[in-house]
Amino acid sequence: MLLVELRELNKSYGPVKALSNLTLEIPKGSLFGLLGPNGSGKSTTLRILCTLLAPDSGEVIFAGQNALKNSREVRSKLGYVAQEVAIDKILTGRELLQFHGDLYHLRREYRDDRIKKLIECLGMSKWIDRRSGSYSGGMRRRLDLATGLLHEPQLLVLDEPTVGLDIESRSIIWSLLKELRSQGTTILLSSHYLEEIDELSDQMAIVDVGKVIAKGTPEQLKNKLGNIRVTLKVQEFSNLGEGERVRQLINHVDGVNDVVINNFQGFSLNFFLDDPAVIRLVRDKLESEGFEIFTLSESRPSLDDVYLQATGKTIMDAELEVVSTRDLKKEAKQSMR
Amino acid sequence: MNTTLSTSTSQTSVKNNSKSIQFIQEVQALTRRLFIQLLRRPSTLVAGILQPLIWLVLFGALFQNAPVDFLPGEMEYGEFLGSGIIVFTAFSGALNAGLPLMFDREFGFLNRLLVAPLHSRSSIVVSSVIYIASISILQSFAIMGVSSLLGYGWPSLLGTLLVTLTLILLVFGVTALSLGLAFVLPGHIELLALIFVANLPLLFASTALVPISFMPTWLGWLAAINPLTFAIEPIRAAYSGSLDLGTVLVHAPYGEITGHGCLLLLSILTIGLFLTIRPLLNRKLL
Repeated sequence: MLLVELRELNKSYGPVKALSNLTLEIPKGSLFGLLGPNGSGKSTTLRILCTLLAPDSGEVIFAGQNALKNSREVRSKLGYVAQEVAIDKILTGRELLQFHGDLYHLRREYRDDRIKKLIECLGMSKWIDRRSGSYSGGMRRRLDLATGLLHEPQLLVLDEPTVGLDIESRSIIWSLLKELRSQGTTILLSSHYLEEIDELSDQMAIVDVGKVIAKGTPEQLKNKLGNIRVTLKVQEFSNLGEGERVRQLINHVDGVNDVVINNFQGFSLNFFLDDPAVIRLVRDKLESEGFEIFTLSESRPSLDDVYLQATGKTIMDAELEVVSTRDLKKEAKQSMR
Repeated sequence: MNTTLSTSTSQTSVKNNSKSIQFIQEVQALTRRLFIQLLRRPSTLVAGILQPLIWLVLFGALFQNAPVDFLPGEMEYGEFLGSGIIVFTAFSGALNAGLPLMFDREFGFLNRLLVAPLHSRSSIVVSSVIYIASISILQSFAIMGVSSLLGYGWPSLLGTLLVTLTLILLVFGVTALSLGLAFVLPGHIELLALIFVANLPLLFASTALVPISFMPTWLGWLAAINPLTFAIEPIRAAYSGSLDLGTVLVHAPYGEITGHGCLLLLSILTIGLFLTIRPLLNRKLL
């Protein structure tokens, strides 16, 4: 059963197209991971779902309701934890939770009981009555998460919840998310941390330039690629022409799948095998054509490989590429309401 | 983690379902936040009380030796000036009301307010009005107290009520305008620039410092359409002792306006501004 359906969402910021016919289905009770590099459209998707932003076109269905038309009702059923921690530094953590409880119209006894539970669950008791301006990044993130959970939302939307966090805070948040999932809360988690999505999500989608480029369970996506991932270099510093020649040679070896040149990693070649014996055939083929192997490494396929296969670059490379073109000031203005 | 977060309580038993109670709860929460901020950063309140008093003393001294027929009746300049300073202080405070909201926008806190199922986003306006009106009334009483000590008198009980009513009308309208601007303008720099541009010219183009009869014709016209004038004159009337709002208070170039007329014009302005900014509150919202 689906809790959320995003249908052909389009959104542009001036000339920049943030979402391009993005379609996504989130099953009820799942912990759904949205993976993609910064600037891929994850935050825009979440803001539209949370009724903070109207799409240029497309539909948002939440629990069978049109979220664009019944926004107030939908808001009461979801909890949103934005990428930027949003707290009032003058208030104490407890005052901030009480404030949010009142904005969700919770009865006082229930609100205070909920706050007590969240303080305990998120390990906030030692500092919750201090002004939140004195909190560390991890404390602020935990408090922010608590505000999103205060009203027991059907859907918890988390935008990059563990960016820049210390290990303790990250571990507490991961444990809480697992517990919430086991209790039946649907969670939509956006992240560019591969291991976070891999560890936590039971369904996921990879987003790139405003589109979903792959979806399924993390295992399904990785298994589609093969059992073994191979990274091969014929020289320390190769070039595109040489990489292309090697790619064509390897492509003809039986048992080799999805050969991709990684332009960002010295034109190394990435491919997948089901049978480890195929590596011998690859070596023979290259040697017969006069190529020496500089490095060859084997590993289990990761979600980064899924992204690499779909886009020709790793998530980190995609982010580095985006960093030079992003106008963070402009984006901050766009996210302002 | 040793506590489970799940509860079996139904949503109907955990939430206040009456719409009016929901609205009151929102307004209470938003107002409480503003007052906590004020109490923990009292310097703004102290400065907000001291500044108009400095204005009162300095401007009072500046015009102390002005010609005798400069003011209507037997009024002393300090007495004349007091109502102008009260209104200008309330006006400045209300014009700045959008700044906290703008900072909430810039720091992402507003998103957290807007993602909450507020019964009405007017609660944001109403809470700001309650806050600014309370501060303005406190400031006004400080000015009235100092004026009284300087020998300029104190309005009657009814006069004090009239002062309060007039200030609330002005504060409501200008606060609504400022909040609307905070939603429309790109950032706090632009909002501050607009406040700086609007603030003093509106003061000088009103009857806060001198009566219309003393102004050149063109400035008299401006003062006669300036909403500050419609707030200043009823308060000035409250000081004069006679509380007949049927009396002509503004001798405008286009006609004469009674006390009732002033309050009516202020009310129209306030309602108009509130209705104008309501769509801005929902700008880009669903």
